[in-house]
Amino acid sequence: MGRYLLRRFATNAILVMIAASLAYMLAATTMNPRGAYEGRQPPVAEAVVDATLDEYNLNDKTPVFQRYVTWASGVVTGDFGRTWNGGSVNEEMGRRIGVSLRLLFIGTVVGFVLGVGLGAYSAVRQYRFSDRLIGVGSFVIMAIPVFVLATLLAIATYSLNRGLGFTLIEYTGEYNPKLSGWDQFFNRLNHLILPTISLSLGSIAFYSRIQRNMMLDVLNQDFVRTAMAKGLRRRTALFKHALRTALIPAATYFAFAFGTMLTGATFTEKIFAWHGMGAWLVDSINQNDVNAVAAVSLFASLCVLVASFLSDLLVAALDPRVRVN
Amino acid sequence: MRSKVVLGRLLRNKQARYGCIALILLVALAYIGPFIGAYEWTDKDFRAFLSAPSADHWWGTTSIGQDMYAVTLRGMQKSIIIGLLVALISTALAAVVGAFAGYFGGRIDRLLMWGVDLLLVLPSFLIIAIISPRLKGGSWLWFVVLLAAFAWMITSRVVRSMTLSLREREYVLAAVYMGIPRWKIIFRHILPNLSSLLIIDATLNVSGAVIGEAALSFFGFGIQPPDVSLGTLIAEGSRNATGYPWLFAFPAGLLVVLVLSINLIGDGLRDALDPGSNS
Repeated sequence: MGRYLLRRFATNAILVMIAASLAYMLAATTMNPRGAYEGRQPPVAEAVVDATLDEYNLNDKTPVFQRYVTWASGVVTGDFGRTWNGGSVNEEMGRRIGVSLRLLFIGTVVGFVLGVGLGAYSAVRQYRFSDRLIGVGSFVIMAIPVFVLATLLAIATYSLNRGLGFTLIEYTGEYNPKLSGWDQFFNRLNHLILPTISLSLGSIAFYSRIQRNMMLDVLNQDFVRTAMAKGLRRRTALFKHALRTALIPAATYFAFAFGTMLTGATFTEKIFAWHGMGAWLVDSINQNDVNAVAAVSLFASLCVLVASFLSDLLVAALDPRVRVN
Repeated sequence: MRSKVVLGRLLRNKQARYGCIALILLVALAYIGPFIGAYEWTDKDFRAFLSAPSADHWWGTTSIGQDMYAVTLRGMQKSIIIGLLVALISTALAAVVGAFAGYFGGRIDRLLMWGVDLLLVLPSFLIIAIISPRLKGGSWLWFVVLLAAFAWMITSRVVRSMTLSLREREYVLAAVYMGIPRWKIIFRHILPNLSSLLIIDATLNVSGAVIGEAALSFFGFGIQPPDVSLGTLIAEGSRNATGYPWLFAFPAGLLVVLVLSINLIGDGLRDALDPGSNS
């Protein structure tokens, strides 16, 4: 079992390295950091621009492969290089990574737990009103893209706050720098409400659909009937036997859904003015910031790796057949 | 004969029926609607900037005086075309890659599936966004190619696993013993037997592609001005959606209804083509 996980981990680590390298190559060949220096008034001498770009390892006159080697040897030692105007990518990333991880972690947990819960509940109540409601709701939500959902939430909150005359729910930014102590903590929580809803609603809908189908399959199987026949209460039989078995497919989808979650986080951060990694991706592409884009790509592929590793662990914990093989 | 049965089942399904009606109405609106409106999408009315919906401008006007009705329908045309093209290309790609990997097995299989894994590690949104600066000034068809190139991976895995069981069937073995080349067997015997899966997948890919296009255009990584799509219009509208709601409501509403109706049809198709499945 341990060896299986270790092997999966090793292959995934190699995949991440290759994916990050490819992303660097793509960014280095398609983006043009020189543009930011060329159009200036008064004009900057080409030699000066070259020297500056050389210093940041962004000069398009250097062959891509050579730039890649410089970048990769930096990354191996934990140095992600410089941004287009000479700032440190590491510092900027340090500021942003926590913001994104907090959002992603809470969004994933809320999405998975609520989605699985709703799906299982709706399977147990098949064809009742609550099942229909959850089904239609998740179908509609899956048709609404994150950026429309986030904008709708922002509009609704804006009108709500205006109607009330004070700010009940915050809809932009991550925290209020004027506050401190517990006030600051509660303010941060308040700022989290809308982004969490906007990020997790989609995955709640996604998981609830999968979970409902799987649970329906399992409910009619012999082992659940046996569990109840041997005297377990319905609740115990459903939780310990049915839900556990029906969770396996949702757990395997976990890695895949996380990629969607990353994309969703980009929109959520941008729309609610959070300065996280996703917002940085959009900004750095617009600024032709090669090293920042590469850093975000590495972060994204690492996140997917961790998610797929967690998904393997989860499946192994739930499914004894995987542990034996 | 089978298509008749499937069509009958599809139309008896209430959700699919609503989906079909909604989709036909939306396509009619996108392609016939512009002839009914008084303005072209390129027209600019310099007496009406950001005016609310009225008898003259049915859906209001934009900040440069464009008629929102005409612009939105133009954007919807583009979104529909992009969705259809991307779905066709990506499903075809998924079918070919998955079938070849599953049928040939061995080294080809490992190589192709490894490529699929690699593409799944990086979110496709990120890759397309990185490449997009190159496309500025290029044709929007490149954008279609990009969207399709990063949307086929998961389906190809399903196709592969189904091919693994199909290749042991008698009719496939019979074809092998008759000396038919293997690539021909794939196109003549394997893929037609996966057609239900592929049709369902292509339908659902249309809505995925419509959303993907809008998502990239939202950040300016997709369709470039002066051309419009639902994504660029929603991006424009969401900036001041509280002040000028009509700029946001019409394109966003149409996008959601479009995606919803395609998903309804896709789900209905799944029930009609593949009654045993439950996902």
